[in-house]
Amino acid sequence: MDFLDNLIRTFLDFDAMLAVLPQLLGVGLVNTLIISAAATVIGVVLGMVVAVMGISTSRWLRIPARIYTDLFRGLPAILTILLIGQGFARISQEIFGPSPYPLGIIALSLIASAYIGEIFRAGIQSVEKGQLEACRALGMGYGKAMALVVIPQGIRRVLPALVNQFIAIVKDSSLVYFLGLLVSERELFRVGQDAAVLTGNLSPLVMAGVFYLIITVPLTHLVNYFDNRFRSGKRRPSAPSSGLNEVKELDAVTPHITGSNT
Amino acid sequence: MSTSTNTSADILTFRGSSLEVRDLTMAFGDIKVLRGVNLSIAPGTTTCIIGPSGSGKSTLLRGINRLHEPAGGDVLLDGESALTVKPDVLRSRIGMVFQHFNLFPDHTALENVALALWSVKGMSKSEARERASRRLAEVGLAERADHRPRDLSGGQQQRVAIARALAMEPEVMLFDEATSALDPELVKGVLTLMAGLCERGMTMAVVTHEMGFARRVADQVVFMDEGEVVEAGKPADLFDNPQSERLQRFLSEVL
Repeated sequence: MDFLDNLIRTFLDFDAMLAVLPQLLGVGLVNTLIISAAATVIGVVLGMVVAVMGISTSRWLRIPARIYTDLFRGLPAILTILLIGQGFARISQEIFGPSPYPLGIIALSLIASAYIGEIFRAGIQSVEKGQLEACRALGMGYGKAMALVVIPQGIRRVLPALVNQFIAIVKDSSLVYFLGLLVSERELFRVGQDAAVLTGNLSPLVMAGVFYLIITVPLTHLVNYFDNRFRSGKRRPSAPSSGLNEVKELDAVTPHITGSNT
Repeated sequence: MSTSTNTSADILTFRGSSLEVRDLTMAFGDIKVLRGVNLSIAPGTTTCIIGPSGSGKSTLLRGINRLHEPAGGDVLLDGESALTVKPDVLRSRIGMVFQHFNLFPDHTALENVALALWSVKGMSKSEARERASRRLAEVGLAERADHRPRDLSGGQQQRVAIARALAMEPEVMLFDEATSALDPELVKGVLTLMAGLCERGMTMAVVTHEMGFARRVADQVVFMDEGEVVEAGKPADLFDNPQSERLQRFLSEVL
């Protein structure tokens, strides 16, 4: 019994959780969402650039895209965040002021864009070759064909993978605390961590964890839902119609042709 | 050069251009798939290209509109070399219809036809949609304009693809086994549509396995095998009196 009491006091101290709740909601959650959303938006834009470069026929675009992807996918996130967050602190200070917050977002964006670039590349390459050919046969240039027909189809196919990537970014956003954030800039993890240190109790961190789950778990299930729907394919339900009806449909508009040729 | 409407009968007529293929060579890497093909198609006539699989029929069509760049020889469209104009300009003058339709799945039938009109021809979107709906009506799909390809039958999809190519007012139409992927009862409708284009003056190069169509509609039939034109001439001559041993064997297999 003592052991169980101990566990509950360590992890699920209700008062400690309640005490940290306003900060988690007002500061932690807001900052986690801002950092994650900003990193995702920048990551999607950069990722698209990397993907388009990666499928180019020019090796001068392909090779840099490959190196970029290998670099940011291959390094531990914490290492990238520290190198960028501290290495560019001087320049950042001139542009954004003393806060390392923007640099944290940029570092997360670079990491995300490497993954998102690969997701986009796979999606775009999975679009049937005939789509690009049909566009080209109509006289459309490569860029227009990609932008109007191929890339939109590719993006639609990888939406579930993009949501997964967003979930990964939400979790990685906790690493930004390494750069030393101002009190008002702390994200979920840091808020929980500070409270845990202050009270000598892990319950605030558990509470922070609950917030992460509140963001990520519904998204995971949303992905599965969409994935299933895409897989099964939603068709307008219609009664089967005889192919013979279609023959009539054409006869109606081409009487002068059918008369002479059939 | 372009389509014009014959208002009295309200039937669209075409003025197709001539198409000439001279000593065309095409290769995939080191492998030569076309070896010096010569072919001449007079304006407003239809040439059917037949032959066993792997004979280079499709490759020939793709060389004509430069979806695949020729390795040698020349293609003359309306007397001028197709290799000296920009590929995109060339392709906007040559319509192509594919075996698997290649419609844009996230566009409606109308948008499929309208897309290249505004994005390539520079029409306003409303103008493009208006012309697209007229082209769709001509292939009997006015009522399906808002359907997506997945909600259309194969025959309907292929008719959308034909309307899409015709909307660009091409001087020549290329058909690459346009009916090979269709259910049998839908083949005739598409062939009838193609025969109609031929009657109305379109210049057409048709790769097909439909020997009945070739015999009935073609002005010229070309038999290809192993990357070469083996025999060419009037349909009656080729089908009733094949000269080469290879054509005789081919016909005995397919007829």
